[in-house]
Amino acid sequence: MLSLGRDTRGSVLTGSLLGAPVRVAAVDGYALEQRAARLAARSVKRESKEAGLELAAHCIDLTTLEGADTPGKVRALCSRALHPDPDDPAMAPVAAVCVYPALVAEARAAVEGSGVKVASVAGAFPSGQSHLADRLDEIRRAVEDGADEIDIVLNRGALLAGRLDVVHDEVAASKEACGRAHLKTILETGELGSYEMVRLASMVAMAAGSDVIKTSTGKLPVGATAPVALCMAEAIREFSDQTGVEVGLKLAGGIRTSKQALGYLAIVAETLGPDWLTPDRFRIGASTLLNDIVLQRRFRRTGRYGRTHDLPVD
Amino acid sequence: MTTTPHRAAGADSGTAGLARAFAEYVPSIEARDVVTVRPRYGLVIDGAEREAREGRVFATTEPATGAHLADVAEAGDGDVDDAVAAARRAYEGGWRDLPGRARAKYLFRIARLLQDRSREFAVLESIDGGKPIRESRDIDVPLAAAHLFHHAGWADKLEYAVPGMSARPLGVVGQIIPWNFPLLMAAWKIAPALACGNTVVLKPAETTPLTALLLAELIAEADLPPGVVNVVTGPGTTGAALAAHPGVDKVAFTGSTGVGKAILRALAGTGTRLTLELGGKGANIVFDDAALDQVVEGIVDGIFFNQGHVCCAGSRLLVQEGVAGELLDRLRRRIELLRVGDPLDKNTDVGAINSSAQLERIRGFVEGAAAEGCRIDQPARAIPSEGLFFPPTIVSGLGGSEAIAREEVFGPVLAVQTFRTEAEAVAKANATAYGLSAGIWTEKGSRILWTSQRLRAGVVWANCFNQFDPASPFGGVRESGFGREGGRQGLAEYLSLAPVGA
Repeated sequence: MLSLGRDTRGSVLTGSLLGAPVRVAAVDGYALEQRAARLAARSVKRESKEAGLELAAHCIDLTTLEGADTPGKVRALCSRALHPDPDDPAMAPVAAVCVYPALVAEARAAVEGSGVKVASVAGAFPSGQSHLADRLDEIRRAVEDGADEIDIVLNRGALLAGRLDVVHDEVAASKEACGRAHLKTILETGELGSYEMVRLASMVAMAAGSDVIKTSTGKLPVGATAPVALCMAEAIREFSDQTGVEVGLKLAGGIRTSKQALGYLAIVAETLGPDWLTPDRFRIGASTLLNDIVLQRRFRRTGRYGRTHDLPVD
Repeated sequence: MTTTPHRAAGADSGTAGLARAFAEYVPSIEARDVVTVRPRYGLVIDGAEREAREGRVFATTEPATGAHLADVAEAGDGDVDDAVAAARRAYEGGWRDLPGRARAKYLFRIARLLQDRSREFAVLESIDGGKPIRESRDIDVPLAAAHLFHHAGWADKLEYAVPGMSARPLGVVGQIIPWNFPLLMAAWKIAPALACGNTVVLKPAETTPLTALLLAELIAEADLPPGVVNVVTGPGTTGAALAAHPGVDKVAFTGSTGVGKAILRALAGTGTRLTLELGGKGANIVFDDAALDQVVEGIVDGIFFNQGHVCCAGSRLLVQEGVAGELLDRLRRRIELLRVGDPLDKNTDVGAINSSAQLERIRGFVEGAAAEGCRIDQPARAIPSEGLFFPPTIVSGLGGSEAIAREEVFGPVLAVQTFRTEAEAVAKANATAYGLSAGIWTEKGSRILWTSQRLRAGVVWANCFNQFDPASPFGGVRESGFGREGGRQGLAEYLSLAPVGA
């Protein structure tokens, strides 16, 4: 059973899934925000910008999570995932499409054989406020329907109530329910209240076996922010230093422009190293971002700014 | 526990190449043509620019390239006489008697003009001084404007600055500023002096006169009466002539402790008011419970900000033994990322060393430490082969008696020592002739209070370092000088105070 203890230096997590106790470092919000702002303001130009945008597109989980989603909408999304720029067949597909569980089979059929992964939110997304058995069942069904990756939400209620053991065990059970699929755990940082809590949630989620930790559901007004991204990247780095396990980072919620994406790439590159920037270990959950990147690429190719209505929508 | 291998589309050597191409950050150079550097600059005396009486000039160069930038008039004793006389005429001719709100109007105008031309000032500061454009753009110029705005606000409220005291100006102030923050120090000096009704003779540093001269142009543009601000450029002898001038009512000096002591000796018994802001050997104290990832950033900001050319730099790291190894590992990993190079590149973190003399001095300290058996860590990334550069350096394994642990290096060099208890941290932090700044890193509030009350330093930062604000008084104790700049305390240094009714 996972528990949070203290020594002179601060918090330490001990629990069954971990070989050894994991230290949870303190976070100073002021310094964190300053550093994040500076990294997000890196001046990325020419070849570096080109490479960064190419990379950002590679790492996108192209997402549609609306009540009004239909098979047709998902097919359009998948088509955009496979061919982000219809005028430029050389542009590589995105990393994955992300849909609700009921649409996994539709997405699976649309991207089959392309290498594009199918991700699905499961486990009473976005609140998570449902019985664990139901949530695990939803995960299993999504995997059976062909999901390669499952995005669950962390139990914020349990976390804020101090029940780290519950949070941990639920994530561990979700990981087991995923089978061969990858588990991405959404912390929903906009509901956690402090960077300290983001760091703690990150450590618990990683200790419980998450393959990726993710900022937000996209269903709150506050999604990914630069300081939260930095805070989670620092947690991943420390977890890797302490355990040797390399966990991925997914940023989602409000990332719409190429400039934002480049800022996040800088945060990851200068915290975890450029080698962390592969679709294995880094994702951006987004929908409108992809078209902004396509427009930027077209501008580079033609010297003219394109119009959004020239691009496919889904 | 293992993570399953998972290869997504595009996860090949191609993305690794893209990631490195991205993280390399191709040069992003700020355009230098926003500012015109004239081939020749004169002295600014009595509202006019003129040559030195003896016609002498000196060169100012660009530290990043060694290129000659401009010839600047070298003020002799006669020129200093002229400047002080002009300042006296302006003082008695009306500046001291202007209502505070009228002086405020001028200061607000200068502040706004500085904001309007901030890019020009930032680029010129980086060219002439070598500091990264990110710092001159985001810190030096905005803070200079903030000081002008802050003191403009005080100009018509001086009777409330020190309760129970009536406030009058002092007269003519002679101000001598260093090369590490040429524009910012000019603003720190000029703004309170003018707000309080004094007139000014300013002596910029020999290696970095250009932004002060551009500021003088801006002051003329703001229509200040002639002689209210005069600028005399030159070497140390010009500063010495100004400091010892009998027509000066107050001297404000920022610079080395050696020169400060000489000024103090020269002014002994003269009745001239004096404030000194001198060197430092600031201790950054890290307790074992601190937020280590942010501590690393604080240490970097403390010692590598402005190439370490900062009097209040956190040049000594005192770390509690239990976390010393871990912190140093993180710090060594962090300095690998620091980008040393062209000050005009917007991604440069550490710019050029201000002068070849300073570069030699820094090298001497580090070579000395290496000879004494200290561990020296520097990033693998090469520094530019041309120009004046020095890599960010961590010196560890110190006993505490080495020169590098005791003397002010004024460069990007961090000296690391360890401690066991709060009391030992305080004792080691105070074991210096200086007393300008210190930092405390801990999650425990009571520890911050206990420690800061016992530190002999003018400024103590808690869980941050090198943070400045015009409302906060800044200055040192012991061999770091006396007097404060900023806040109400800084204002009082430019006022003659008497009890109300006396």
